[in-house]
Amino acid sequence: MPGQNIRRSFDQELRSLANQIGAMGGHAERMVEQAVGALVSGDTELARIVIENDAFLDLKEREIGENAVAIIAKRQPMAGDLREIVGAIRISSDLERVGDLAKNIAKRVAAIAEVRQPTQLFRGISALSDLALAQLKEVLDAYASRLPDKISFVRDRDEDIDAMYTSLFRELLTYMMEDPRNITACTHLVFCAKNIERVGDHATNIAETVYHIITGATLPAERPKEDMSHRVTAPGSVQKGG
Amino acid sequence: MKEREMQPSWLETAAGRLRRNRVLLAAAAASLLAVDLFLGGRGIAAMLAVAFVLAVAVLLPEREGEGKPNATGRNGTEQAGALSAVDLAAVVQDPLYIFDRTGAVLHANEAATLAFGPIAPGGSLQLKFRAPEIHAFIGHVLEGKEAPPAIDYIERVPFERAYRVAAMPIGGEGGLYVLLFRDQSEARRIDRMRTDFIANASHELRTPLASIAGFIETLRGPARNDAKARDNFLQIMQKQTARMARLIDDLLSLSRLEAKPYVRPTERVDLGRLLREVSDSLSHLATETGVAIKLDLPEAPLEVTGNRDELVQVFANLLENACKYGSSGGRVTLQARREKPGAETAVTVTDFGPGIPQEHIPRITERFYRVDVETSRAQKGTGLGLAIVKHILTRHGARLSIRSKVGEGSSFTVYFPPG
Repeated sequence: MPGQNIRRSFDQELRSLANQIGAMGGHAERMVEQAVGALVSGDTELARIVIENDAFLDLKEREIGENAVAIIAKRQPMAGDLREIVGAIRISSDLERVGDLAKNIAKRVAAIAEVRQPTQLFRGISALSDLALAQLKEVLDAYASRLPDKISFVRDRDEDIDAMYTSLFRELLTYMMEDPRNITACTHLVFCAKNIERVGDHATNIAETVYHIITGATLPAERPKEDMSHRVTAPGSVQKGG
Repeated sequence: MKEREMQPSWLETAAGRLRRNRVLLAAAAASLLAVDLFLGGRGIAAMLAVAFVLAVAVLLPEREGEGKPNATGRNGTEQAGALSAVDLAAVVQDPLYIFDRTGAVLHANEAATLAFGPIAPGGSLQLKFRAPEIHAFIGHVLEGKEAPPAIDYIERVPFERAYRVAAMPIGGEGGLYVLLFRDQSEARRIDRMRTDFIANASHELRTPLASIAGFIETLRGPARNDAKARDNFLQIMQKQTARMARLIDDLLSLSRLEAKPYVRPTERVDLGRLLREVSDSLSHLATETGVAIKLDLPEAPLEVTGNRDELVQVFANLLENACKYGSSGGRVTLQARREKPGAETAVTVTDFGPGIPQEHIPRITERFYRVDVETSRAQKGTGLGLAIVKHILTRHGARLSIRSKVGEGSSFTVYFPPG
């Protein structure tokens, strides 16, 4: 029975790795949620907490990396087990980046709260973050459930985020043209929106990793990775000449 | 051994069966009890259910292979007789997970899959439930540390759901645990409805409106030529419209406060000066109600961080309440204190009127909550004053403490944080 015992303690190590990913994921999700919440309500205190919490994700990423390397060295895993471990390293680095993006949003809260803007500016941002958060939650849930069929669906939804981001970009541009006093806040908000859009991209990355862990194959077909904001021009600027 | 042989053979079989399945049965019994107690029962129903489970375990025909020594497999269904535990979980209406001491999920009931989606057998529970508080909660349970009996868990996306989550070890030596969710989304929605602004406000506005409409009808009909009644009615109508105007003012003021972003005030305000002004502005009300306002303020400036206008509103509201509802006491005191530099600043408004019954105190800052509807109406109260006070103080990081004794009076103390 020694073989079985080894297998069991190995399983346990893998599970503890998954638990750690869970902790990181939960924190990253919470940070994004709180950063956007702080942005919408102008709560600089909450923003400060978000910024502080980022350290946890950095620490966890290191821990997961170390644990993963230790497991590889000790067990010399193959196939599915190896994919599991390498996947955990990749997911943890994506989650760490999500934390950084949330932190960046939180850092802008004070600047935006100073020049307070009408709430309509924030409505789009919260809707965008809801989309990105739903995305993140779904991939991590897929990781927990080990069901690959939901993952390609997650990746397709990233297009929704890109589309929403592009429309938000246009909206913010309009506010800036309406009133130059909006420029400070709107510029920060554009960066915040871009950060949230990037969260969606990381969710897609994680989706690909999870798919690889579960099936051993890569997700088929390149997705159209595009935010269209580089084509957006200021409304009305065309008519000016004529 | 002799005695053993004397027992009827069916009893022995039953005992043997119970012994073999003790872990599962204990798990089943514990979870039933837990569910019942958790949901507010008294344990009687659970006892009956436990008895039923025991009976079933004894009477059901044994399956092949039962009685072999069994290990806790990765899949809980491998265990002989596991049927009863899984069946049991299946009839529980709330999401329920059974997991082992490594945090691996052995079983999720149907309600759990329905609510949270599937989870891989043997998968990590802490990966599925990642939110920091629940992650830590499960961690504490697994490590056998002190953990609160239950925590609140809110899922924000894709739509908001609120749960009360409890976890407990079951079956003693088995090293199994159960995680139980109780949906509280509905309770939260009801809670929100209760404080629903529009519903309350429209009701409050309709009452004076209905009475005005009634008087107008009377004036145009039966009392058309009655000069005395006309004057009397017009007076009442004027009072009612004044009340409505006040109510609208308060509603607007509250909704303005709520619409305003959550920004901590940064202004420095001298409380001594502010309180003297407030007291001066209310002197005519004090004379009207026959109350003497006694000030007890330090000579030195007493500065706190706050928004001047909002703080005026707070203390005007508190002082006005004291003059109106505590008028029978004949005096009201207004006291400001800071025990030592760097300590909290306390401002207390005390009246010596009838006082507020204990059961009302936690609720009087709710919107439209009134201890006594008649008195409040008579004093032209809108039911929003203390809600506004509470709201402003929350934004200031200050707190309101209310003490009252029936027959002796009430005191409202505002504590400003140091600095």
